[in-house]
Amino acid sequence: MSAPRPEVWIKATSAGLYCEPGSFYIDPLRPVPRAVITHGHGDHARPGNDQVLATPGTIAIMRERYGEAAGGSLQALSYGETVISGDVTVRLVPAGHVLGSAQVVLEYRGSRIVVSGDYKRRPDPTCAPFELCTCDVFITEATFGLPVFRHPPDIQEIDKLLHSLGLFPDRCHLVGVYALGKCQRVLALLRRAGYEEPVYLHGALTKLTELYERLGVRLGPVLPLTGVAREALKGRIVLAPPSAIADPWSRRLPEPVVALASGWMRVRQRAKARGVELPLVISDHADWDELTATIDEVGAEEIWVTHGREEALVHYATKKGYRARGLALVGFEEDE
Amino acid sequence: MNRFAALLDALLFTPSRNGKLRLMKEYFATVGDPERGWALAALTGELVFGAAKPNQVRALAAARVDPELLEWSYDFVGDLAETVSLILPEAAGPEIPIPSLAEIVEQLKRASRDEVGRLLEPWLDALDATGRWALLKLVTGSLRIGVSARLAKTALAEWGGVGVDRIEEIWHGLIPPYRPLFDWLEGRLPAPETGDLPNFCPLMLAQPIEDSELEGLEPGDYLAEWKWDGIRVQLAARAGDRRLYSRSGDDIGAAFPEVLAAMPAEVTLDGELLVLRDGEVASFNDLQQRLNRKIPTSKLLQDYPAAVRLYDILREDAQDLRGLSFAERRRRLELWYAREARSGLDLSPLVPFTSWDELRELRNGARELGIEGLMLKRAGSTYVSGRPKGPWFKWKRGALTLDTVLMYAQRGHGKRSSFYSDYTFGAWHGDELVPVGKAYSGFTDEELRRLDRWVRNNTVQRWGPVREVSPQIVLEISFDSVHRSTRHKSGVAMRFPRIHRIRWDKPVREADSLEVLERLLT
Repeated sequence: MSAPRPEVWIKATSAGLYCEPGSFYIDPLRPVPRAVITHGHGDHARPGNDQVLATPGTIAIMRERYGEAAGGSLQALSYGETVISGDVTVRLVPAGHVLGSAQVVLEYRGSRIVVSGDYKRRPDPTCAPFELCTCDVFITEATFGLPVFRHPPDIQEIDKLLHSLGLFPDRCHLVGVYALGKCQRVLALLRRAGYEEPVYLHGALTKLTELYERLGVRLGPVLPLTGVAREALKGRIVLAPPSAIADPWSRRLPEPVVALASGWMRVRQRAKARGVELPLVISDHADWDELTATIDEVGAEEIWVTHGREEALVHYATKKGYRARGLALVGFEEDE
Repeated sequence: MNRFAALLDALLFTPSRNGKLRLMKEYFATVGDPERGWALAALTGELVFGAAKPNQVRALAAARVDPELLEWSYDFVGDLAETVSLILPEAAGPEIPIPSLAEIVEQLKRASRDEVGRLLEPWLDALDATGRWALLKLVTGSLRIGVSARLAKTALAEWGGVGVDRIEEIWHGLIPPYRPLFDWLEGRLPAPETGDLPNFCPLMLAQPIEDSELEGLEPGDYLAEWKWDGIRVQLAARAGDRRLYSRSGDDIGAAFPEVLAAMPAEVTLDGELLVLRDGEVASFNDLQQRLNRKIPTSKLLQDYPAAVRLYDILREDAQDLRGLSFAERRRRLELWYAREARSGLDLSPLVPFTSWDELRELRNGARELGIEGLMLKRAGSTYVSGRPKGPWFKWKRGALTLDTVLMYAQRGHGKRSSFYSDYTFGAWHGDELVPVGKAYSGFTDEELRRLDRWVRNNTVQRWGPVREVSPQIVLEISFDSVHRSTRHKSGVAMRFPRIHRIRWDKPVREADSLEVLERLLT
């Protein structure tokens, strides 16, 4: 018997990707009976599902964020282990995106599909590295699916931040970071670059940073911002969510140099429009080169693109001889 | 090139003047010759070579990347130089040597426009994305990084520990990469000799004065003249060479050939550049037509004839007159003009008066075109560059005002980036509000905080950094004059609009109409 066509057993629905013979959704957009969650970002891990399958790291993050609402029952599956759901074998392998992030490897009657979730290929001191998994169909993200997105080495961007700190020692350096993953990665990279001073955190970042520490990721001295005198923040690094950097909140800081750590900072107009003075191109997503290299390396015949700049990546894959299509899944955010 | 590219990149993103100064000073201190000299030339707009056309750059990229991916990327990024710099593959490896700015400039200066493309290719391969962006900005024309020539020179002066005027005075006798200049600033050699050149003398500027402050001054100590509404310039001629300088020391002669042609020999004069028709001053808007063009067409020259109205004489036959009193210089100017009168140059007359009240009446009566107010100059004042407090005052005539309605607010920059501080306001046209201008000054910090809060609470729509607000607040705008404009939907444009008062009390229906503004057209 030949392997089943992929569209027979995995479907893009209005609630998200649905695996029919396994009867579960992957990163569903609204509450469902059974969900496999790739990682803890709010647009992938939503609250209110009955049964949740995810890595122990992702489950810890969901509990921290949602408490009781994280799900009816939460089943942890470590990297590399398998579980059988209906006729489908499910395995989670590292995606290198944030702590706990996973690709979902699905096998059904001799056919293998890998759902990448969000991923990156370069090393990140705060999470397990991406593991390449060959497959018949690769369902990939495409957040940075244009060839203008090529992320520089992260340490070069951290050097930019430290150089600016040397140049403007009287100014506070306010860095916008996503609360899950980016915040902790920037902290870890600062430590690797030899920066041992305490880093001040906006209140919205403390819970997850403490969780990373509890899970064994060393991030060095961090201090809450509340109650710290304005004067004491001169020459200091403050991390805050991206939404806070142009908020009235930021007025308490002494002459801040406003930085933002994101793959979007590669495009100057984007950085200018957000009032960023020091753009730091640090991304937890694959850049164009990583996306295209991965497509070639997984050995799949078919490439499906879930979200992001789908048309360019579909165009590229088609020209390379793959059967490629965009799934036009909605509900995923551009923020990172 | 990498250091220069990093400097341009940082300058583009740094809003504050002090931040920009610091970045440039650090660059001059840590980069050697001739690299930093060429960088200085680029920052001051002194680099001249046959610029590449955008199409050449696009063709270069299309030859190497999938054209469809290039188009999608261009759509997303919006700027060709940036798209190309980002989309080209990274350098193959460290074995390709990165060109210095000096190499790049020296080769470009020798190249014809057609050769530029061929030169660019290996450089684009060797540089990273920031380097490529800087290179493409350099070869396609202006840098647009928010740094004026004056600011770059100020950074150089602060770094070298000299006054910026010392640099301005010798600037036009120097050529890139300015090695003697750096030798002097680093203390290895005396200041460069620039010899017989029509150098720029940094301008003396006036302080604003209000009616109430006049009573403390003795009318007999001052001479008055009209403040003409053009741009301040300096004419410098020496040893057969003629220059027309803007107030910041930029050579703008090429844009005003008729003024250069009218210029006499061996003299430096201070005056106002105006569009003059039969001795009548045209509106600033007319002058703007000329200022927009680096090289004017013959039609433009005919329709908008430029001339200079003279205020002062600074050098005559190589003799520096700046140490003389204003009264004495004025006498010398009149004597000189009596000998050298010619079309294209005329004298700004003195306005005789005996009391401040008399002068105030003269000022209020002067609604005619081209007069912004009065200048008061202490008769005994020597010519000192900069804006010293005391010797010279500008006494502007009362501003015009209009009650308008706040329509849109936009986030400011730098210190104001968390505030909605740029306001677009409109006037009534029937039942509709039409935007008539934009203002970002004239309010106190407290008023800014209140407006910011109000904007956040009364937003009806958002587009990126701009918020449309519900039309509920009347802003009383003051402005110097109003002109026809094809660039604005309303068909009019104000000069120097600023917020005079925020009329929290006034109903929006009582704001002024576009017709009121049109009656004020000059």
